[in-house]
Amino acid sequence: MLGNLFAGFYQFADVFAFLVLSAAGLAIIFGMMGVINMAHGEFVMCGVYVTAASYHAGLPLPLAQACGTAVAFLIGMVLEAVVIRPLYTRPLDSLLVTWGLSLVVTQGTLVLVGSTFPGIGTPLGGFRVGDYTFSAYRMVLFAAAIGVLGFVWFLFLRTRFGIQARAVMQNPGMAQALGVRRNRVYALSFGVGAGLAGFCGALYAPTMSLIPTMGSSFIVESFVTVVVGGSSVLLGTAPAAVALAVIRTGLNAWYGQIIGQIGLLVAVILIIRVLPDGFTGWLTRRTA
Amino acid sequence: MLKLLDGPQTMGRGPAFWGAAGLVLLAALAYPLFADPYDVGNFGYFFVWIFMALGLCLMWGLCGMLSFGQTFFFGLAGYGYGVIAIDLGNGPLGTMAGLAAGLVLAAAAAAVLGYFMIYGRINGVFFGIVTLSVTLALAYFLGQTAGPEWAIGKARLNGFNGMQGMDPLTFPGPDGGIVLEETLFYYVLILGLVMVYLLLRMLANSRFGNVLVAIREDAERAELLGYDVRRYQLAVFVLGSTLAGLSGVLYTSWGQFITPSSIGLPAASMPIIWVAFSGRTDLTATLVGTFLLLLGFQSLTIYSQETALVLMGALLMATVLFVPRGFVLGIGDLLARLTMRRRREPRPAAAAEV
Repeated sequence: MLGNLFAGFYQFADVFAFLVLSAAGLAIIFGMMGVINMAHGEFVMCGVYVTAASYHAGLPLPLAQACGTAVAFLIGMVLEAVVIRPLYTRPLDSLLVTWGLSLVVTQGTLVLVGSTFPGIGTPLGGFRVGDYTFSAYRMVLFAAAIGVLGFVWFLFLRTRFGIQARAVMQNPGMAQALGVRRNRVYALSFGVGAGLAGFCGALYAPTMSLIPTMGSSFIVESFVTVVVGGSSVLLGTAPAAVALAVIRTGLNAWYGQIIGQIGLLVAVILIIRVLPDGFTGWLTRRTA
Repeated sequence: MLKLLDGPQTMGRGPAFWGAAGLVLLAALAYPLFADPYDVGNFGYFFVWIFMALGLCLMWGLCGMLSFGQTFFFGLAGYGYGVIAIDLGNGPLGTMAGLAAGLVLAAAAAAVLGYFMIYGRINGVFFGIVTLSVTLALAYFLGQTAGPEWAIGKARLNGFNGMQGMDPLTFPGPDGGIVLEETLFYYVLILGLVMVYLLLRMLANSRFGNVLVAIREDAERAELLGYDVRRYQLAVFVLGSTLAGLSGVLYTSWGQFITPSSIGLPAASMPIIWVAFSGRTDLTATLVGTFLLLLGFQSLTIYSQETALVLMGALLMATVLFVPRGFVLGIGDLLARLTMRRRREPRPAAAAEV
């Protein structure tokens, strides 16, 4: 009984962690600048590859994961300055430019690195509850997802950068007039978003086979979570991830993975018909 | 009706433009007379994709709806054609029913998906990522249908390797029908393209087209002027997606197979690159640019597909950053301005028309 209950929670936690980790970076960039980063999956892939490469170079896994996150963060900052900044006033065009980038990176990796890369075994082994054995690493992922939400809360509500960022989000012109360096805020936000994507990749690196197109296995989930969530990570992405994880876990358990994926998408299309601004809009309206 | 062929929404007018267009058409018609049959088949293959590009040009360029889902409807129609053709025993009956079924399937799917997105007020970037999510999910779903339980009637979906066993499109006729292949395929596609191109041109310059452009420029203003924006957007989404479906049917008929990889990435990025590179606001630019890109892409693919795709991605980035209106359209504008100036000089009063 305990085992079954825990199994249900475990499945939910697994899906929830995947949705939050894969969507947080995308949601931050979207909430901040109205830009959807189509190369999001490639930042995830960058996190995965850097983690694996540093791990094979002899670093312990947590340190390798930190490397993966840091590299994605830095690349994000540079990219913002070079490619995204000229397109601030044209959100659809920034969508296209990151889309082109995604194609260049995926196919470029295929050319330069080849179609496979040595993976990392899943660490930490398993533990037993009742009659079932569970992977301990999946619980680490769940904790990391909660940690990411905590980090975003702290960063945006408890730091000087957070105040400036929220000011820019509400009214860029006014914030700039009051001495906020808008470009630096945008660059840092894009970096944080890219870094979180890299962090997602770093965390999932030990659980997947490494191929250059692996980014696309993250983007559908991250897109739908952001679409349902809306522009805020805490008021949007988090509740959206809970709702979608419940739907997905239920469908997975009763009908299998493929119906789970399709059902998730159908649910999303139904939800957007009712909540155009996602959970963010709905919750802000209710609390305002 | 015919005077709608020229208008504010389409580039090129007057005897110079139509004369040049006629010459290109004549050259295309004469091409099989002195070309290698292999090359003729190849060119026919390029024409297959142009319907899909024109559909995207209509939705995105004229009405401002950036859909990443062209290959979704392409795939639905392709698989629909295959399933119906195989289950009805191929031949003229099966393939013609397959053609109809493919188009209806694409249109119906576009109507349902479009209803939820457009009436749910999903627009801008979200429109793009919802359509892309649906597309990737379809590719993923079809990719795992390898087992024998995934069959519709006699038609095995066959997972990642794709479905095969359907005949090419066959018109009713003597001796079991006239099979659409090689040179005939080429000519029928030219005919289809010319018809679709001219009809879309008339549509773009009609009252309907003007409303589409008004929606693109400012949807709220168009709504305040009394147009039901959502109905126009839905109509154009269905039309553009059905054209993608037509490409899907033709592609399946041409190669007698269809695979999930023609739906997923990187296939899904191609229509967007063609149309962005060409100049999304103009049908003629899209037609010409798509053909040129397909030609260039195929010549590069022979050496390395990955490198060709890297170049396509870089081309998209360069277009957006440096020539946001599109390369072909930019060149077309330049030509128009040069010829205009020469003609305009004697009567400067006409300059106000611009």
